[in-house]
Amino acid sequence: MTDKYSRLSVHRRAVLAGAAYLIFRGSRANATTILDHLPWTPNAGNPPDPVTLGPWVYFTPDEGRTVEALADQIIPPDRETPGGKDAGSAVYIDRQLAGPYGRQEGLYIRPPFMKGMKNQGHQSEKGPAQEYREFLAAFDKASKSRFGGKPFFELLTEDQHRFLKDIEAEKVKLDDVDGKAFFAQVVKDVQMGFFADPLYGGNRDMVAWKMIGFPGARYNYLDWVGRHNEKFPLPPVGLTGRAEWNTRAQR
Amino acid sequence: MAKRLPKKDVVIIGLGWTGSIMANELTDEGLEVMAIERGPWRDSPTDFPPTYMQDELRYRIRHELFARPEQMTFTFRNKMDQTALPIRSWGAFMPPNGVGGGGVHWNGEMWRFLPSDFVLKTHLTQRYGASFLPEDMTIQDWGVTYDELEPFYDRFEYTCGTSGTAGNLRGQIMEGGNPFEGPRGRPYPTLAQPQPFSHTLFAKAARELGYKPFPQPSGNLSTAYTNPLGMKMGPCTYCGFCEWFGCANYSKASPQTTILPHLIRKDNFSARANSEVLRIEVDRTGKRATGVVFVDASGEEWEQPADLVILSAFSIFNVQLLLHSKIGKPYDPVANVGTVGRNYSHQTISSVNGFFDPKKYNFNPFIGSGSIGMCVDEFNGDNFDHGPHGFVGGGYIGQVQTGARPIESTLVPPGTPSWGAEWKQTVKHYYLSTVKPGTGVHGGFYSYRDIYLDLDPTYKDRFGRPLMRITMDLKPNEVKQNKFLTDKFAEIIKAMGAEKVAPTYRTAPYDMTTYQTTHINGGAVMGTDPNTSVVNRYLQSWDVSNLFVLGASAFPQNPGYNPTLTVGALAYWAADAIRTKYLQSPGRLIDG
Ligand SMILES: Cc1cc2nc3c(=O)[nH]c(=O)nc-3n(C[C@H](O)[C@H](O)[C@H](O)COP(=O)(O)OP(=O)(O)OC[C@H]3O[C@@H](n4cnc5c(N)ncnc54)[C@H](O)[C@@H]3O)c2cc1C
Ligand code: SF4
Repeated sequence: MTDKYSRLSVHRRAVLAGAAYLIFRGSRANATTILDHLPWTPNAGNPPDPVTLGPWVYFTPDEGRTVEALADQIIPPDRETPGGKDAGSAVYIDRQLAGPYGRQEGLYIRPPFMKGMKNQGHQSEKGPAQEYREFLAAFDKASKSRFGGKPFFELLTEDQHRFLKDIEAEKVKLDDVDGKAFFAQVVKDVQMGFFADPLYGGNRDMVAWKMIGFPGARYNYLDWVGRHNEKFPLPPVGLTGRAEWNTRAQR
Repeated sequence: MAKRLPKKDVVIIGLGWTGSIMANELTDEGLEVMAIERGPWRDSPTDFPPTYMQDELRYRIRHELFARPEQMTFTFRNKMDQTALPIRSWGAFMPPNGVGGGGVHWNGEMWRFLPSDFVLKTHLTQRYGASFLPEDMTIQDWGVTYDELEPFYDRFEYTCGTSGTAGNLRGQIMEGGNPFEGPRGRPYPTLAQPQPFSHTLFAKAARELGYKPFPQPSGNLSTAYTNPLGMKMGPCTYCGFCEWFGCANYSKASPQTTILPHLIRKDNFSARANSEVLRIEVDRTGKRATGVVFVDASGEEWEQPADLVILSAFSIFNVQLLLHSKIGKPYDPVANVGTVGRNYSHQTISSVNGFFDPKKYNFNPFIGSGSIGMCVDEFNGDNFDHGPHGFVGGGYIGQVQTGARPIESTLVPPGTPSWGAEWKQTVKHYYLSTVKPGTGVHGGFYSYRDIYLDLDPTYKDRFGRPLMRITMDLKPNEVKQNKFLTDKFAEIIKAMGAEKVAPTYRTAPYDMTTYQTTHINGGAVMGTDPNTSVVNRYLQSWDVSNLFVLGASAFPQNPGYNPTLTVGALAYWAADAIRTKYLQSPGRLIDG
């Protein structure tokens, strides 16, 4: 190779370690030059960080309790499968809101912000974290005004159910928040946490995958593609393995 | 001021599918080639290894491998009298970023277009008369024919190792293949993939209804394969994490698995990742490109001079770079003049889900691959008489279910509550016995006078340049086409034995928030007339003769198939013209 100029230093993984957009935040890393060989670095990779259990990261204790109650309404516990709360859906949402998703990281958030048509997509400077906070405050207020000062998480489960149905039917309006639309978002998020890999905090012990019969993060069904109408026999496995594989300290 | 780098023979903008193809062809010619890629280097062991690639939230829902809207986005409106607003988070399509481009995370569905697709305007006018076409429809012939492209289709299929069953071998219709395809010179390089249960059930039902089902041509290989460059691929394991994801298995055709390891070892090739081209530079005459200006990850600007510039940044980014470089005349739909941005199109897709009795059917739906599937092509292009139906165009339909990743594949029949105990029970009841064909109805999208790309008056990118504006809607022709195809598809799903059939139709207005494939086309279309095309039949710019523009931006309208096999074939076709014609005497290959 004759071009001396292109033998710039290769800080490949330093550039790539985060997601690609990191490089637009004033990182000093150079552009990468690729020549002669594949730019391979041993042990490079960008594995996910499993969430750690423990106190709320984003929610206040009351917000957390409210979202847990919502999670159990959206996915009620039954005899075979835990509900949204015990499956960890609220923890999932808390950790998502505390992370890049909550802050709209990587999205286009330049002004002006104008109200558009629904099919033009979300147009707001506020990210999901702030929107959750505002929704939960308005939701709490509406619950207290209807049920004699009681927050949602203290209501009887039948009252909780009826209250949510009324929000869906727009019989209950929330202050400054589109309750119906936001509740639909909560439904989506609770269900997403339930079905995502357990490393994100929901789907604890792969309860959701066991419920539906999804075998998880397997990689090879070569022997099974031609076995028609036969039940796949293996239990699910997550990206961080399976509870039985881990020592008690890791569980 | 940009720092000036030593001159190269060729500079390539974007190292995805077409950039890799062109780089490999032109380095074979002995030229010094530099490719400049906006995103990072990507490869299986580092970016999508089998230890953590099967992560639906990270790769599918949060779009890990894609461009970030913060980097670059577009504004959108349906109609010319509306205010376009920015696409703040991706929806209708998902633009690629990084070495390999869309080839990293595509499905690998590898379709040839029909011979009549390339002469569409002529064909439809002859068969139905000009008045059969909607007045505002601006379809046109491509300037290249199927027969001319056939050897290059073949090259790309053999580069990828495509798995499939020939339907038309040198004019002879073959049992088990697509009887409607154009004649092919030789069979597919590898046998079709074996099909999971629901896919075979679809084929059986279709056959009983009188159709001729065949396996979808697939870039997920049925068997081990070594391509003409010596690249080795392994058989697909039906992991079910294919489109949106990279393949950790070297089984999905991509620049990484089929071209790059060979290309990168050549002395006359180099590439820069994390470097975004801002514009193509032209000399004072405006007729000659002198190179490109790009910005590296630290924000520093560089100029890379070159004798030949290849624009292969993915269709919509090609148009954007042409507009930002002020090459060609921007399209003005009111005056109906100009070409850059004209004839933008997408794909008209929909699907039909089928819910089956779980006591009788267990589909193990998580077993699948990005381009697995059984399809029928009776209703594509002009394979049927449109006379009685009042629309033109069509698409393929099929059970092309690629897996059953649980966030997106836990469906309930219409009428079921979307949350609560009944929802939970129903999800559990149906998960293993639901047919969810993804893009089951894959229809064409023809071009119109007021569907186009231009620069937005309000919103700016991070360099302070105007965003590109998309004016896009669904027209009655496409809505009718979709209704017709979706109903035909639903009949087959019902005949499979579904107890509940749930069709969804594509309707106006065009919705930027729901995913509809990343087959966005046009804006820099090819053709024979410089007044209605940006590039000639060799993808050479009419205005700047040392600039070639590769990619689906060249499609004058979109047929009812996935684009990339044709995009790749056109790249080989353009490379051949450069090697055999242009390099002999650089300049315009065709007088316009
Ligand atoms: C989820 C998904 C599934 C798909 N499935 C299929 C399928 O099954 N069948 C099919 O036919 N097609 C499919 N496609 C489409 C397919 O990926 C594209 O058609 C194909 O990759 C286009 O090749 P290209 O070379 O034009 O662009 P790409 O392969 O995308 O390469 C363009 C490259 O240019 C780079 N670039 C862009 N702007 C700049 C700039 N300013 N400076 C430097 N570099 C730049 C990009 O980062 C990218 O790497 C799919 C796409 C997606 C997203
Ligand atoms: S389905 Fe096959 S080709 Fe696709 S990612 Fe999995 S192993 Fe690779």
